[in-house]
Amino acid sequence: MVNRVVVGAHYGLTAWLAQRVSAVVMAVYSLVFVVKVLMLPQLNYETWRGLFTPGWMRFMTFLFLLSIMVHAWVGMRDIWMDYIKSTGLRLTLQVGTILWLVGCTGWAMQILWRV
Amino acid sequence: MPELTVRKPRPIWYNINLLNLPVPGIVSIFHRISGLLLTLAIIGLLYCLDGSLKSEVDFGQIRGGLSHPLVKLVALGFMWSFLHHFCAGIRFLFLDLGKGINLSSARATAYAVFIVSGLLTLILGVKIW
Repeated sequence: MVNRVVVGAHYGLTAWLAQRVSAVVMAVYSLVFVVKVLMLPQLNYETWRGLFTPGWMRFMTFLFLLSIMVHAWVGMRDIWMDYIKSTGLRLTLQVGTILWLVGCTGWAMQILWRV
Repeated sequence: MPELTVRKPRPIWYNINLLNLPVPGIVSIFHRISGLLLTLAIIGLLYCLDGSLKSEVDFGQIRGGLSHPLVKLVALGFMWSFLHHFCAGIRFLFLDLGKGINLSSARATAYAVFIVSGLLTLILGVKIW
């Protein structure tokens, strides 16, 4: 057995865990959402909007959308780290990804709490 | 200094063609590609959610837009990405827990990911057409 002392800031573990936790949140929400849509008597504006009006559904949907952003961040970070060799370009793409995803989260909040 | 041991020529395998990967490897690279596509789809998802919840008129417009055959095809492509990513992701979560680690079950579940996500996409495609 290799007795290795793990050093460093452990960013990797946080990202690894965040990816899995967000994955579980999204998987559960997706299943619940599909069942709820299939249970609608018919799909029109009123019933569709009605899906998102209960407070807990808004809460869950927000967690789902937030999980998407976190999950996308970890995944895109992996892609940039694996394929973009130039440090400057990689940093630019990573910062751009974060700004984009944070902006999208703001939009998601606005959409949900306006309903 | 003379070579004391005869160096055995090692096999060189430069071909990293996608189709030369074993099935679990193909699932893995498709997981990455579908993840990239889904990241691009976030904006479309928010756009549709925004419009569909704004007003009855906007809802109708989004619905009308989504019924265009070309849009349906693109949406189905993203749905396939989602379903593949979903199935492969669940497989990876089980692998993390140490389930299905041995070669035969890892291959079987990799095939299952393609079959299940493909079938679900097919059903969805038939349903929306």
